Amino acid sequence: MVALRFLRALSLVRCSGPGARSPSYRARGIRRAAYACMAASAGPRRAWSRALLRKIRRRPGRGLRRPRAVIRRRRPVGGGDPLEVALRRLVPGGGCMEYCRLLEEAADYVKCLAMQVRLMQTIVDSASHVNSID
Amino acid sequence: MSGRGRRITDEEINELISKLQALLPAESRRRNAGRMSASKLLKETCSYIKSLHREVDDLSDRLAGLMTTMDSNSPQAEIIRGLLRS
Repeated sequence: MVALRFLRALSLVRCSGPGARSPSYRARGIRRAAYACMAASAGPRRAWSRALLRKIRRRPGRGLRRPRAVIRRRRPVGGGDPLEVALRRLVPGGGCMEYCRLLEEAADYVKCLAMQVRLMQTIVDSASHVNSID
Repeated sequence: MSGRGRRITDEEINELISKLQALLPAESRRRNAGRMSASKLLKETCSYIKSLHREVDDLSDRLAGLMTTMDSNSPQAEIIRGLLRS
């Protein structure tokens, strides 16, 4: 499912003609698409996927901004262990959850990230292989 | 939803630690034979997540570069376009 989503997103990236941008801009778009597809495929069940989608959809200039009063902000868990703090920063949405939940979310996030990397590597390998055929 | 309203048992934490350890790459598991301490696991998980983030960045760059070949009308570009359309 995530493969289909990502391939579709890639096909929307403009490569030439009006609206085409520099490769580094494209790379940023591809990166954003990768995280968005990963999160969308994981679904709203996971805190990390919800947090990732919120962050991506919150890009400046995109759509209406919710008035600040409506935005719920949970107080982040105070850190004791610097390693725990580091993990909370790396896992999207990890700041406010209890420790047990953080480990669960981290495990799921790692699994999905590794899958996304494998998917992108496969696409790069196929495309490079096709490029080298002559 | 700030909590489940009950104490988290040690077994639950241990189970999660084993589960997380199983997800780490093989070299990391070999380096740390047997059960890791919680702090070692956190450290390995953090560095693994960081390396995965770096790989996504790197692969995004490579994909962006490869897609410039789609600008041309070569047969290779057509095949790549077909890959993405299907």
